[in-house]
Amino acid sequence: MIIDTTEVQDINSFSRLESLKEVYGIIGMFLPILTLVLGITIGVLVIVWLEREISAGIQQRIGPEYAGPLGILQALADGTKLIFKENLFPSRGDIRLFSIGPSIAVISILLSYSVIPFSYHFVLSDLNIGVFLWIAISSIAPIGLLMSGYGSNNKYSFLGGLRAAAQSISYEIPLTLCVLSISLLSNSSSTVDIVEAQSKYGFWGWNLWRQPIGFFVFLISSLAECERLPFDLPEAEEELVAGYQTEYSGIKFGLFYVASYLNLLVSSLFVTVLYLGGWNISIPYIFVPELFEINKVGRVFGTTIGIFITLAKTYLFLFISITTRWTLPRLRIDQLLNLGWKFLLPISLGNLLLTTSFQLISL
Amino acid sequence: MMSEFAPICIYLVISPLLSLILLGVPFPFASNSSTYPEKLSAYECGFDPSGDARSRFDIRFYLVSILFIIPDPEVTFFFPWAVPPNKIDSFGSWSMMAFLLILTIGSLYEWKRGASDRE
Repeated sequence: MIIDTTEVQDINSFSRLESLKEVYGIIGMFLPILTLVLGITIGVLVIVWLEREISAGIQQRIGPEYAGPLGILQALADGTKLIFKENLFPSRGDIRLFSIGPSIAVISILLSYSVIPFSYHFVLSDLNIGVFLWIAISSIAPIGLLMSGYGSNNKYSFLGGLRAAAQSISYEIPLTLCVLSISLLSNSSSTVDIVEAQSKYGFWGWNLWRQPIGFFVFLISSLAECERLPFDLPEAEEELVAGYQTEYSGIKFGLFYVASYLNLLVSSLFVTVLYLGGWNISIPYIFVPELFEINKVGRVFGTTIGIFITLAKTYLFLFISITTRWTLPRLRIDQLLNLGWKFLLPISLGNLLLTTSFQLISL
Repeated sequence: MMSEFAPICIYLVISPLLSLILLGVPFPFASNSSTYPEKLSAYECGFDPSGDARSRFDIRFYLVSILFIIPDPEVTFFFPWAVPPNKIDSFGSWSMMAFLLILTIGSLYEWKRGASDRE
């Protein structure tokens, strides 16, 4: 033998080390994703509880109070109940489309969380096409709704699915044009860069002041994309029973429920990131990154504060959309489409032109 | 470059898994004993479902999606134009304006012809 045994052992241990490093690398990739998914799930549970409590407060009821302190476990209890429900398939429907539909809606919305910066360098992946990825992925969701509407073989579901698709594609263009104006202002499509660009003058540096028209158009369009109440035509109870979810029961209904709240959360997060300065503390003359960059503990503290600030701004918008639900009446489908195509689209296009001309002048 | 997209690729695998697990969880628990044909028929307010649900529907749903096809690539083309404005000189900006002008004329024509009217 030319190679002696110690050398072989060395090679073996070296290759084992390499594989260990790979394993750690994979775990290091899984950990942020699992944290993100866990965080989103808890966020959704909190939103469901908030929605029920705020609705109860507006209607002068008590709301959930038995499951856990202040009823905060109500959403968890409801979810557990849905798991034990009978798994029904409509007899004349398409079982495959019927089952895949809700999952597609959930998957596409879950994926759009990957580009949201929750705090300073606390983002799953800082892509340079961040907002574009969000816009591309979020437009997959209506396919899932259309599939479930078609697969149910029910007149209400079919109409609901069609309405959902028409509504989301109509409001996607104003939404995208508003995002485009923001990335024109920040010279970047990366969500982290967009937040960084707003970090200078406290709350005076927010894009809200530079893009007031874009902000309102974005808010209206994101409400429509989430199918929240002034625009909840796809699931209008009085006309379409429950729209595309009429035939659903058990956990599949739960998936639609989760998808709608995930969508609401991601829209509010994007309002925060694009218009309200994200994780910045937003009081003039206090610069968080410099204060907390001193040592490791300070950095962790700064990140935690950033997450809290992001969530505070986000929940403000959630509160606004929940109170909107009990304030405004539902639109008609023609009013809804006219609002999208004849009002929001020209206005957002004008906003984009205005932003472009300012940029051209300043060049 | 790849390291930026690696978490998204893993996430792309994890999120379908998550929803598949959620879809699969009820199978061991959920009972399927009390199923009778009336329960599985389509819900039409308690009556027997009349006809097939996949029948004709309003042409205007088609029109909306056709109208959507043009502005959507337009917006997609806008992104590369918008992001590095310092690298694009005024010629680049104005040529995009010409593109936008053509599309605006098109949508104005469509508006005047009443394609987006829903009486």
